[in-house]
Amino acid sequence: MAAVLVENIDKSYGNVTALKSIGFQMDDGEIFGLIGPDGAGKSTLFRILTTLLLPDGGRASVAGHDVIQEYKHIRKKVGYMPGRFSLYQDLSVEENLSFFATIFGTSIQENYDLVKDIYQQIEPFKKRLAGKLSGGMKQKLALCCALIHKPEVLFLDEPTTGVDAVSRKEFWEMLQSLKKKNIAILVSTPYMDEASLCDRIALMQNGEILKIDSPGQMVIDFQKPLYAIKTEHTYTALSYLRSASFTRSALPFGEFIHLTTNKPYEALQIKDDLERVGIPIQEVKRTAPSIEDIFLDLSQTNEPIDA
Amino acid sequence: MFKVFRAFVKKEFYHILRDKRTLLILFGMPLAQILIFGYAVTNEFKDAQIDVLDYAKDETSIQLIDHLQSSGNFQLNKVLYSETQMEAGMKAGDSKLVVVIPENFSRDFYAGRPIKIQVVADGSDPNNANTLGQYVTQMVNSFQMQRRATIPDPYRINVESRMMYNPQLASAYNFVPGTIALILLIICAMLTSLTIAREKELGTMEILLVSPLPPLLIILGKVTPYAILSFTNAILVLLLGHFVFDVPIVGSIVLLLLMCFLYVVTALVLGTLISTVSRTQQDAMMRSLMGLMMPSMILSGFIFPLTSMPVLLQYIGQLVPATYFIEILKAVMLRGVGFSFILFEVGVLLIMTLVFLLITWRKFKIRLE
Repeated sequence: MAAVLVENIDKSYGNVTALKSIGFQMDDGEIFGLIGPDGAGKSTLFRILTTLLLPDGGRASVAGHDVIQEYKHIRKKVGYMPGRFSLYQDLSVEENLSFFATIFGTSIQENYDLVKDIYQQIEPFKKRLAGKLSGGMKQKLALCCALIHKPEVLFLDEPTTGVDAVSRKEFWEMLQSLKKKNIAILVSTPYMDEASLCDRIALMQNGEILKIDSPGQMVIDFQKPLYAIKTEHTYTALSYLRSASFTRSALPFGEFIHLTTNKPYEALQIKDDLERVGIPIQEVKRTAPSIEDIFLDLSQTNEPIDA
Repeated sequence: MFKVFRAFVKKEFYHILRDKRTLLILFGMPLAQILIFGYAVTNEFKDAQIDVLDYAKDETSIQLIDHLQSSGNFQLNKVLYSETQMEAGMKAGDSKLVVVIPENFSRDFYAGRPIKIQVVADGSDPNNANTLGQYVTQMVNSFQMQRRATIPDPYRINVESRMMYNPQLASAYNFVPGTIALILLIICAMLTSLTIAREKELGTMEILLVSPLPPLLIILGKVTPYAILSFTNAILVLLLGHFVFDVPIVGSIVLLLLMCFLYVVTALVLGTLISTVSRTQQDAMMRSLMGLMMPSMILSGFIFPLTSMPVLLQYIGQLVPATYFIEILKAVMLRGVGFSFILFEVGVLLIMTLVFLLITWRKFKIRLE
């Protein structure tokens, strides 16, 4: 049985289309990532699946229950962590956790095993008010609260946004250990580097899914030649590359420019070409694509390359 | 299920006790309101300054002036010597009223001839002028009775008025019921609508909805603490009114508390209704201030008598629950009537509550919008 099944889901707010014919399937014990920028429709999809919003069209089921008809069953079986920190800021860590345990008809003791690894990290602060916790600790507490009733499916809407790099890493390690307990996890993130930590991902933009696959397979499938160019003259290099005939796309990428071309070249050929027009280049190398390259490539195929 | 309910109520008490603003509204406001209404906003007065233009200047006129001051209501500001001085005191704001005593006062008085004492009052404050004028009339009458007790006039009609249920016309008798109505409304309706709107605003409502909690339990859990607290407040105001302002409680206390409870339920339902249509705390605040507080204060007959208003406003006033509750309170507290005398008001409140409850039920969202 699929943990989450989505078929042709549509949703719009007035004239704004939030989701266009979305469909995917997610299995038990799978970490499924929704990757996309703000406004891609991730939160809307979360709210439809957690029965908070009604879709305009299409069908969806969670843990075997229809999101419209059988919403009451779903609400017992899922854990939901909204995009915004949504616990009681004026309640202490312990009070929050105990409250959420009680409303799901359980207690901290009963399911302590499940949250132990995470809760131990915030337990020294259990008397502190939730509003006074740091960003990373808030997210750990929210995860504990979403987990305390042993949900079958866990919905995490941008759990690592606004969290420091160390806490982000820890957070993902926790998700990996939860996966071992056969909990299906649907997680969204705007951070492309987190995509590779998911079993499968859906790349989303403007309410549409551009591609669904495992991150590894996506990298393998990416056929286009990709080069990383290092230069101190990023702007001039970019504008030259974007007007060059061999360029498919050229985008700034940290300290590099990532260039895809219409056909394969030697790295040296590209370096020579740039230096011939007077742009000093430190390095050009062929590189493996990251999820961000794939995302940017997919999201641009429908649009002309910015000239 | 009861365990869940208890946890919810406990959580709600944490919110209330940890938020200074809520605490202030809960316990500061009733106290402030009753003290303000009790001591500041009142029609009673003491030591009103008056001027006297005494043309007689005889023994009896001086006795009358002393008599006017003897009650503690009036204090002599100035003795005038001519008509031209009459306005000066009022213009300067030093005196509220001029009493003019005619010539040959003593002679005419004891001869039993008709005498005209003129009272000129500052009409820029009409209520005050009216009351002051009445006081003067009363004092002059009592003066007459005292002095001429031996020579009663058989052909005079005397009007003896007596104010039942409130012999001294103390304004506390009016503002204590009114304040209870207002305070219960503020705490039940406004605070409940605020607390539910806060859950929406902070996003916690999303988590509560994605849980096995039935909506009814969410609402009950939210309103119960406020019901308890506002009921406590009602008792507090009753006690204050009774012991500080000497307002009697003539009727049955059980009936009185039952009626308070009914009104609390009405207000809670109203608060919940407001919260179902408000998205933010500010929104809820505006709606409860404009939609509940203002009409309850102005159109319930608490401050201004409903009967002297334009017909349209009277009709609106009849839609305000506080109108009926104040009526019930006055009937039970002051007139000491039993349940059978307030059937109509109780019936209206009950029907209102049911209607609001039905609308709330229809409007409560089990999802986000």
